[in-house]
Order: sequence, then structure tokens, then C-alpha cells
Amino acid sequence: MSGGHAHALHLHGHSPVHNLAPQTKLVALALFIAAVVITPRQAVWAFGVYAGLVLLILVAAEVPAGFFLRRIAIEIPFVAFALLLPFVGRPPRLAVGPLAFSTEGLWGAWTILVKGTLGVSASVLLAATTEIPDLLSGLDRLRAPRLFTAIAGFMVRYLDVVSNELGRMRTAMAARGYAPRWWWQNKAPATAAGALFIRSYERGERVYQAMAARGFTGTMPALQSTPVPPRTWWVALSLPALALVVALIALVTQ
Amino acid sequence: MTPALEVEDLWFSYPDGTEVLKGVDFHIHPGERVALLGPNAAGKTTLVLHLNGILTPDRGRVTVAGSPAVDENWKEIRRRTGLVFQDSDDQLFMPTVRQDVAFGPANYGLSGDELERRVSVALSAVGMAEVADRAPHHLSGGERRRVAVATVLSMQPEILVLDEPTSNLDPASRRELVDILLDLGITLLVVTHDLPYALELCPRSLLMDGGRIVADGPTAELLSDRQLLAAHRLELPFGFDPAFTRRS
Repeated sequence: MSGGHAHALHLHGHSPVHNLAPQTKLVALALFIAAVVITPRQAVWAFGVYAGLVLLILVAAEVPAGFFLRRIAIEIPFVAFALLLPFVGRPPRLAVGPLAFSTEGLWGAWTILVKGTLGVSASVLLAATTEIPDLLSGLDRLRAPRLFTAIAGFMVRYLDVVSNELGRMRTAMAARGYAPRWWWQNKAPATAAGALFIRSYERGERVYQAMAARGFTGTMPALQSTPVPPRTWWVALSLPALALVVALIALVTQ
Repeated sequence: MTPALEVEDLWFSYPDGTEVLKGVDFHIHPGERVALLGPNAAGKTTLVLHLNGILTPDRGRVTVAGSPAVDENWKEIRRRTGLVFQDSDDQLFMPTVRQDVAFGPANYGLSGDELERRVSVALSAVGMAEVADRAPHHLSGGERRRVAVATVLSMQPEILVLDEPTSNLDPASRRELVDILLDLGITLLVVTHDLPYALELCPRSLLMDGGRIVADGPTAELLSDRQLLAAHRLELPFGFDPAFTRRS
């Protein structure tokens, strides 16, 4: 058995943000990201407003800053690429001391950095305040294709099972003195990967039998979820609505 | 009285030609608790998959509470026979326990309050009401087995069929499962090679080997017949004597 009682991105809590219905949070996230994406890059002030909104949710959701910062670190590989742009971009160039930055490249790096960070931040906040089963029922409520939510659900359900199996195989290998060091010692992991594939495939067959045994006809039944009153929608959508207004002002005034 | 389950002259071979069932014959009356004993590869699990129409026999017939298991009424047969599989990780596939227990009845068109009620009744019957919103992979092995039983109870089956219910359970979880199953008061078919468990739970046993039922009788009698057991690769645990066991 693996440890944790929830996925690594989730932070258990009962803040107003945690308690919002998942479907409203999903729509709010999508709208917020849309607002960020359509904002012209020169409207630096607009991005400042967005960052303020993210900060507001961070505080309202009672997510500790350290937790949040560690999780948005996922964007670093992408950002590292953006940092190259000022050096490889086209002229005109801006001389700063001994270095010459491409202005076009600088704007490119800024856009990726700011839009990426805002998008990742908002997504991390959604993940921190919403359990995966709730996300799935929220998607179902929003009429996402049942096939999609079912596949995502199975993935979540069996990720632990399969990774435990992999863990046991690795233990079994280590228990018999397998301590790989060189590339040509890779036969055992390759075989284990194959075995894991076969085992998962067979498990898939058994799961299907278990589903069929309970009257499965090819369509997943609806996940239980409750409709939410309009007021909840207004609360959830007020922030992205503000962001959209800011984006429109930025678009018009540029 | 209509038998809860009737199996007549059942034959089955897998596509590769391996003959697994060679004329299985037995019936179970409503309210009976019957153990299906047999060594590995006796065909027990294959037989179980016939009991609710997942496998179709080459020859012979399965009837559940008067309805034949044929293509036209497979859906009703699957409701009537509640299968609990050996590996609970196969049985529990939904993101939460509640959704998993609701899966069966939802497939039969139940929804809303009625579905909600079925789920809570089934979970209470196995003492698992408080884990309804947990994810199955966060439960212990014993808890998972009990939830697995609830996932078929919610379909209100005529007969509950459990495949190796004690595999991977610690003694306390075994004990709890026995108590729950006895409390349910439902017709049971328990497939196992855990002989003490069979004796504890089921007054009657069927012994299966080589694709046939080779013995059918009171569990205590069957388990006292050392020659019979030895002939079919079954062994009592060291120091266990069925003659000295009486369930209080």
C-alpha cells in the first residue's frame, strides 16, 4: 500500500474555495485562463491585476505559500526554455552592459513566463482545493463525454495499484541482488515493464468482467452530483468575470 | 420450491481447446449456504463466470431463481447472481466507494433518492457506511472485501457468489466477514479451498475436481472423509479436526 490519503496536489481543508461546487471551479478556471491568454502582452498592469486575483484565492483557500510555490515549480522546465529567447531572438537588440538582448525575445520570454505562471497557479489552486472524484463528477456535470471521465477515473483508480505492482517487482529484483549501474544491465527492467503491461492488460479484462457482472452495458452511469443554485455560480464566476473585463479593457486600450 | 440456482450438465472449453467443465450438475435452494470446494484448476472460477452469463456454456443450462441464463435475459440474470470477485481491486473500479456501490443499481436505471437509499442500505449491511466517500484504494484489504460485497448487495441479488473471499485477509477480517455473511441471511455460494472457512460458514459443500462435482453433502461429513479429500488434493490445516468444531 502506498501512503497518502489524497493525491499530492490536494490540500485537505474546508475553506470557502474548497466548498465551492467543482463544476463552478472548473468553469471559473477555464474563463480565467482565457482572460489571461487573450490579454495583449504590453498590458503589464492587467497581469498585475490577475496576479492579485490569484493571491486573493490563495489567501481565501488557506493554501500555505510554501505548498503553493513547490507545486508551481512544475513550470520550471518550460520557463527555462523561455529564458533563452532573449539571446536567440531577432534584432533589434537592447544592450545591457556586455550583453545584448533581442527586444522581441524579451517580450516573448515575458509572455511565456507571465501567462504560464498565471495559468499554472490557477490550476494548482484548483487541484489544491478539489478532490479528484469531485473534479470528475464536476466534469460529468458539465457534460464532458462520459467516456473521457470514465477513462480519467480508471486512471486515477488504478495508478496506485499499478505503481504498487511495479514497486513489488523492483523490490523482488533488489532482493535478488539486482543493482544496475550500466546501460547494458537494463534487461531486467525491460522485462519487468513487459510483465507489468501484461498484468495490467489482464487486470483490465478482470475489471471488465466485474463490470459486466453488475449489468454494465457499455455506458457508464452518471456520477452523482448535485446542481448548484445560481448564487454559487455568481460567487465562483465573479473573479474570472473581473479578469475578463480587465482583458477586454486591455484589448481596447492597447 | 424453485431452486435459487440450478446448474444442469454444464460443459465448457476455452477457445484453445482446454476442457474445463465436464458436466457440472447441482442445485441450491433459497436460503442455503453452500461451499464449492476444490483444488486449483478444478474449474471453480470458470463455473462462477457461468452463473451470471459472463461465459456461455458449450452445453447444459444455468437457471437462476427460475430464469434460464440465456442471451435474452442476461441482464436480469446478472442482477440475480451477485458475483464477488477474488481480487477486490478488480471489483472496485470507481473513484469513490459510494459511486462503486451505486454502479450496479444505476445500470438498472435507478437514480436519485432510490439509488441513494440502496447504496446506504448495502453499505450499512456490511458496516461500511462511514467510508462511503473514501477512495477504494485507501481502504484496508478487509474493508475492501466488505465494500465489494456491498457493491453486489445493492443490486438485491437472489444469490451471492463469492470467489475465494478469504484470500489475503488477516484472521480478524476473516472473522468479521463470516459474521457479516451470516447476518445477511441470503443464499450463498462460497468458492474456496479454505476448508475451515467452509465449515464455519456453510452447512453444505460441493466438491469439484476435474470439471465435475465429485461429492455433495454436509460440510462436516465431507471434511471428515480423509480419503476423499486426499483423492482431490484437499488438505485440512495441521491440527484441525472438523469433528471437534461446533459453531456456537
